[in-house]
Amino acid sequence: MLAAEASEEFHSPGPADFEYPQIIGGFSKPMLIIVLGTLAVALFFYFAVRRAGIVPGKLQFAAEGFYGFVRNSIAADAIGREGIKYVPYLATLLAFLIVLNISGIIPFLQFPVTSRIAIPLFLALITWVIYNYVGIKRQGFGGYFKNMMFPSGVPVAIYPLLAPIEFLSTVVFRPITLTLRLTFNMFAGHLVLLLCILGGEFLLLHVGGLIGYTAGAVSILFGVVMTFFEGFIQLLQAYVFVLLSAVYIGGALTHEH
Amino acid sequence: MEGSLNMVGYGLAAIGPGIGIGLIFAAYINGVARQPEARSVLQGIAILGFALAEALAVIGIGLAFAL
Repeated sequence: MLAAEASEEFHSPGPADFEYPQIIGGFSKPMLIIVLGTLAVALFFYFAVRRAGIVPGKLQFAAEGFYGFVRNSIAADAIGREGIKYVPYLATLLAFLIVLNISGIIPFLQFPVTSRIAIPLFLALITWVIYNYVGIKRQGFGGYFKNMMFPSGVPVAIYPLLAPIEFLSTVVFRPITLTLRLTFNMFAGHLVLLLCILGGEFLLLHVGGLIGYTAGAVSILFGVVMTFFEGFIQLLQAYVFVLLSAVYIGGALTHEH
Repeated sequence: MEGSLNMVGYGLAAIGPGIGIGLIFAAYINGVARQPEARSVLQGIAILGFALAEALAVIGIGLAFAL
């Protein structure tokens, strides 16, 4: 390599890049993003329906479109006619998740807060409480677990194998996979962006030469492309989280026989 | 060379979900090509299947960093 006097070595980004220092008294940048995101969602819906009219304005049209999408494409499809009752929760969840995910590609924020496991975990636990509560309320405590673990139409000999698997997957693994899917999608995406941009910066500024400038420019360009791709993934994962929540609630509401 | 062998393992582990997601979207594209008006119905199912298959890859990357 021509200019191999690279004084410092390149440190590839890792989990340590997700730890932010405190700004003041235990208040860090991810917390700031959560507060801003919550305010953004709240203000958007407040101003959208403040002067709700029969002929909607631009903002009201956007909010109604969003709400209608959750109602028609998520709740009605995954839960059915009873889904209307759960649209407020699902719409709030989707708006909150979109804002927190998309903060990963907004300039100056540039950190998807949902890559910290606490937030998806808490939201997944809310979903867990809702679908278990709804299932127990609808089918009774015994009926809920009986329908879950001993579905009809299955040979009796399979039950010893099926019952523990069904119980574990419904009660234990659903919230865990819900949490991990969102967390590590955001984590891995942010890591890729860090690698492209920091690697490109290192190649351009510290390596140089024909190879360094070419590879650095390609790396930065790839980082820009990946940023747009990451935006798409962030929207998709917010949708997936809400869709799965709706599917779980729908599953708890219906008898399988 | 520095780095963790975990990441090599994760790369191997990601083959399975990769094939699974490929099969799901292949079936989705086939379905839409044969019956374009079924697109809206198939889309939700395809994304649901994608999310379930992808959970494996995502658990893999979590364990690769954690272990």
